[in-house]
Amino acid sequence: MSFGTSAISAPWQNGYNPAFELSGHKVEPPRESSSPPWAPVTVSRKMLDLAQYNCLGEALRAALARWPEEICLIEADRDRENARLTYRQFEQAALPLARALEEAGFGEGSRAAIIMTNQSKWLISAFAVFFCGGILVPLDYKLSAREQIALLAHSKAEVLVAEYPLWRAITQSREFATLAVRTAITTEAPPNADLASAKRWEEFRDLREPKFVPRQRKDPACIVYSSGTTGRPKGCVLTHENYLEQCVALTSLYPFWPGVRYLSILPTNHAIDFMVGFIGPFVCGATVVHLRTLRPEYIRDAFVRYKITYMTLVPAVLKALEQNLRKRLEELSPGRRKALNALIAVNRALTRRRPRVRLSRALLKQVHAAFGGELRALFVGGAFTEPATLKFFYDLGIPVANAYGCTEAGTAITVNDLRPFRADTVGKPLPGAQVKILDPGPDGIGQVAVRGKTVMSHYLDDPEMTRDTIVDGWLMTGDLGRIDGAGHLQLFGRVRNMVVTEEGKNVYPEEIEAAFEGLAVREACVFAANYIWPTRQMTGEQLVLALHPEAHKHISTELVAEIGSRNRRLLNYKRVSGYLIWEEDFPRTASLKIKRTELAAQIREKLGREAVVPL
Amino acid sequence: MNTLDETTNEILELAAAHFHVPREQLSATDDFFKKLGINSLQALDLLTRLERHFHIELPDYELRDVSDFRTLAERIQSRL
Repeated sequence: MSFGTSAISAPWQNGYNPAFELSGHKVEPPRESSSPPWAPVTVSRKMLDLAQYNCLGEALRAALARWPEEICLIEADRDRENARLTYRQFEQAALPLARALEEAGFGEGSRAAIIMTNQSKWLISAFAVFFCGGILVPLDYKLSAREQIALLAHSKAEVLVAEYPLWRAITQSREFATLAVRTAITTEAPPNADLASAKRWEEFRDLREPKFVPRQRKDPACIVYSSGTTGRPKGCVLTHENYLEQCVALTSLYPFWPGVRYLSILPTNHAIDFMVGFIGPFVCGATVVHLRTLRPEYIRDAFVRYKITYMTLVPAVLKALEQNLRKRLEELSPGRRKALNALIAVNRALTRRRPRVRLSRALLKQVHAAFGGELRALFVGGAFTEPATLKFFYDLGIPVANAYGCTEAGTAITVNDLRPFRADTVGKPLPGAQVKILDPGPDGIGQVAVRGKTVMSHYLDDPEMTRDTIVDGWLMTGDLGRIDGAGHLQLFGRVRNMVVTEEGKNVYPEEIEAAFEGLAVREACVFAANYIWPTRQMTGEQLVLALHPEAHKHISTELVAEIGSRNRRLLNYKRVSGYLIWEEDFPRTASLKIKRTELAAQIREKLGREAVVPL
Repeated sequence: MNTLDETTNEILELAAAHFHVPREQLSATDDFFKKLGINSLQALDLLTRLERHFHIELPDYELRDVSDFRTLAERIQSRL
């Protein structure tokens, strides 16, 4: 991980010159660099030694001091650039906000929620929260206002920082007044907007330095919700140690350094982007490029415009990039296509044992130019990725490191080290993570459990769920896997009643049952189809509605229409794919909760997948 | 300025052309994910086309709870 200190030069270090920068600075790993004679400033290329810091606030503060003139943030929206900040400017923007939080009584252990799209103010606000010793509650901007309110209530956040339209949607609910939020801060509010008691983010200008509040390694840093927008929220309490250790592990495999540009498109509230799109780059003096949209068209533009080095994406976005690239390759004339295929074959042969990025760039110049020419690797995770997609990119000399993890484990558990590239696994355990397979069958497959310093402390206010999830220090992931002879983890489905979409969203059936309450049936229950009928596959996951009709009644066309109508009101990825009819009483506990495992087993015994009527 | 019906109709025309579906097969109340067989990224792609057509900007999250053309038209109409 430690890769020494050397002098580097970047054209913008003594006076930023975007024209020069955009026309092509070279991003090279430290060991390959040399200091040209015109280098005006010596900049440390060595990442912070995180063992020296107890909390994220300390580490980030040290980063701001070490690389004051480096660019830390670029914020792009569609095809325009909104902001570009050095580490010094980042600090100058954050301290007045921290001062305002301090004045509002926010301090050690206080909780602040952020609801924003990917943008510079997200990270600046998060730093201000850590500066004050607070706990960050990053919430998903894509949830509905009702869902966000449920999580604000559960987290008991005292401060809310939100983009204006999102803040407005939340405050329009009557429930907003019942929340613990004492201070609301909105960004980008129109000049004439009625903000009630909320404050404008952009108007904090108090230059008196706030008091830095240090925290200990075991103190909570963030409460990250892995699910539970209704019913039983899963607020993962992640400590400063969790993040610092995860950062050390990840950067040991994929280092950042000043000049590296990380493209951030996944929501920063997700554990993965928080780590590799904020903490990781910052403690290495690198640059985060925010793109405030997930649209593939603008992602493709951003690669080229900002000469991106790394990016993390979910399988759905990777697939979209693949489809676009395949289309462009198909449009080539037969002759050029043949020549390209020959180059791909050469690249494949030469990168069999490890990626050789420079060589691939030289061989497949045009393909790499479409990605900006500086791309070193893409990271993919959050859901199952087709091996064919991974292979497609690798053959083009664009390594995609397939990773596996969950919020409860502090982001990543395993990641592919690409030595050699494997499309059929999710890689090896990260340094410091112990992975074992519980009760493996004859085929070696069993539940994946993980132990290490990155595993969360607990679920907020839910000791029972914590006890069920962390057993003797081992985190039960709920996923089925096998470790092969090379130490790689392969996944084979889930033991949990849940689905994960291609966009990396976890959907728990219990969360969407409320949408089907009061239907004209005796009982209703939602299942992950693979939970009833295990497939040992990670693809094509669907939700199924089990209906127990009233005695002597059929499922009428009106009822089906009602189910369809309620289903459509759910977010797209939360919809059930069909329903099945179950003529017996649901097994229930003494407190009348449905015994889901038992019901799934009963259904499995009597019905096959073909019993599901598509909606 | 367009009426809501006109906006809806223009959206249907654009969606039909963009996803190569006969216009007459689409109606305002259709669930576009289902009818067009698209995922949320493809829906965002359509949103980009609509932004250019109507000369507006809609953040991605404006689509978070929208799945039918009529509601999409209402969101666009409010920005015209």
